[in-house]
Amino acid sequence: MTWLLNLTPDEWNAVRLSIKVATVAMLASLPPGIAIALLLARGQFWGKTLLNGVVHLPLILPPVVTGYLLLLTFGKRGPAGAFLAEHFGIVFSFRWTGAALACGVMGFPLMVRAIRLSIEAVDRKMEAAAGTLGANPLWVFATITLPLILPGLIAGAILAFAKAMGEFGATITFVSNIPNETQTLPSAIYTFTQVPGGDEGALRLTLISVVISMAALVASEVLARRVGRRMDIE
Amino acid sequence: MSVRVDIGHRLGDFAIEARFESAGRLTALFGPSGSGKTTLINMIAGLIRPDKGRIEVEGRALVDTDAGIFVPKHRRRIGMVFQDARLFPHMSVASNLRYGRWFTPAKERYADMDAVVDLLGIGPLLNRRPVKLSGGEKQRVAIGRALLASPRLLLMDEPLASLDEARKAEILPYIERLRDETKIPIVYVSHSVAEVARLASDVVMLAQGKVVAGGPTEVVMQRLDLLPTEERGEGGAVLDTKVLRHDETFGMTVLVSAAGEIRVPRLAMKTGAPVRVRIRARDVMIAAEKPTGLSALNILPGTIVAIRPGEGPAVEVDIDCNGATVLARITEQSRQALELRLGGKVFAVVKTVSFDRANTGAGLPLEVDG
Repeated sequence: MTWLLNLTPDEWNAVRLSIKVATVAMLASLPPGIAIALLLARGQFWGKTLLNGVVHLPLILPPVVTGYLLLLTFGKRGPAGAFLAEHFGIVFSFRWTGAALACGVMGFPLMVRAIRLSIEAVDRKMEAAAGTLGANPLWVFATITLPLILPGLIAGAILAFAKAMGEFGATITFVSNIPNETQTLPSAIYTFTQVPGGDEGALRLTLISVVISMAALVASEVLARRVGRRMDIE
Repeated sequence: MSVRVDIGHRLGDFAIEARFESAGRLTALFGPSGSGKTTLINMIAGLIRPDKGRIEVEGRALVDTDAGIFVPKHRRRIGMVFQDARLFPHMSVASNLRYGRWFTPAKERYADMDAVVDLLGIGPLLNRRPVKLSGGEKQRVAIGRALLASPRLLLMDEPLASLDEARKAEILPYIERLRDETKIPIVYVSHSVAEVARLASDVVMLAQGKVVAGGPTEVVMQRLDLLPTEERGEGGAVLDTKVLRHDETFGMTVLVSAAGEIRVPRLAMKTGAPVRVRIRARDVMIAAEKPTGLSALNILPGTIVAIRPGEGPAVEVDIDCNGATVLARITEQSRQALELRLGGKVFAVVKTVSFDRANTGAGLPLEVDG
């Protein structure tokens, strides 16, 4: 069994990198995810259907296409990529940040769906009651809406994290497969399967992948249950 | 204090044109469901924006469509108690109570936590979650939460409508204490004659989006013709009385009113305490001569001041008993048999046992059932 835990430094790096990329992707998508979910759940504006479609694109497009579109927009010569590099020093292409961006984009529709559903389930009468008690709309959101949608937020975040852990197509197309920089677990497993004698390494990383994903799932269940018990919403 | 409302609003096919003002301690917006009373109270709270008109509380314009004024709900400092309590499920009772305090400017905070908790008897509930409360407890906490935001005006939207009779009896005394012991004016929405007669100092009666009557409760409640059909049997005179003495031998309390002494089932109240009684018109008999050999204990002499046609075979007779008006609903046949006419001297007869919890209000619930 020792071969299971005997990871090479490169393999360890892939594990660490995957967790880092998935965590950053999840955290960075939360604020825009909540904002878009709010817009879609409550906004009434022209182009809502269009926005909904754009948000869901990564779910229906082949991941390679999403990755290629990211390369075109956020690559060194892409309009957004050039702008961000020049003004903020943020570079995506062939960096781990690019992997996080790709993973975040791929998980975004899942996150928005989960949050949107929970926002739609919030009893708006509670918010009206908070308003009559003197809370302005921002305070109402922070003290009533946000706590009430917490289970949905957790579910959305874990979905996005799990999606990021498994993301392969868009990442490898956008930022390639560079060990220690953009080689996440799936890319590393893919690399192992392409070389003779790589079966053992592929199996090791596969098992680690399974363990991390299961751990995330269990953690979300526990968290959601704790939040649910605290609230006992009728 | 005063509330002035003069608004016009359309909701699909339903139009509201309402104009009233009130300076009472507790003003009831009264009418059948669909008469627009909840819409009106939501406009005062700022939850609905009227198409046109003006709403003023204590001289401050909250809405004035001509002047382009619309104060958002969180700046009105108007407390609201909803029919469905609406306690925040993710907070304890104590946190719910404290919620409004955060948003009240320190120098405008007059409500004291301990006093409010005491007034409503919710001390033992503070650490509980709203889901663990009964309907009546929830409603008391909701009242406390609204009070602790130190509102200028308290709105109550059918706070008892979703409770059973026992829970209603549990909360009514607290609302009476609120009316009598605090200085906050209250606007109370209800479709129940019993609640309005017991609680209100003033009544604004609504029907189909329009104000059909308004004024002191004793006056408005006598307009039986304006009551919603399903509540008409509950209508009648409202008299303000005081406890004169208790009759322990027979378990009765003797009340004194302008009309004379009235005997009701024993009330758990002190001598001298004010009691408002409602005498249902259908419970009143009329005698042309002072009756003898009659079981009924309350016989009030008076003069007929009005006779109106009622529903079906009934006529409604207003009897002035030394300044207090008592209403009687009798049949046209009886009226003719007794030759009742305006100015005639008669006796209004009311059985003691026709008074029950619902129409002898004030103070604590009765010890003995009527």
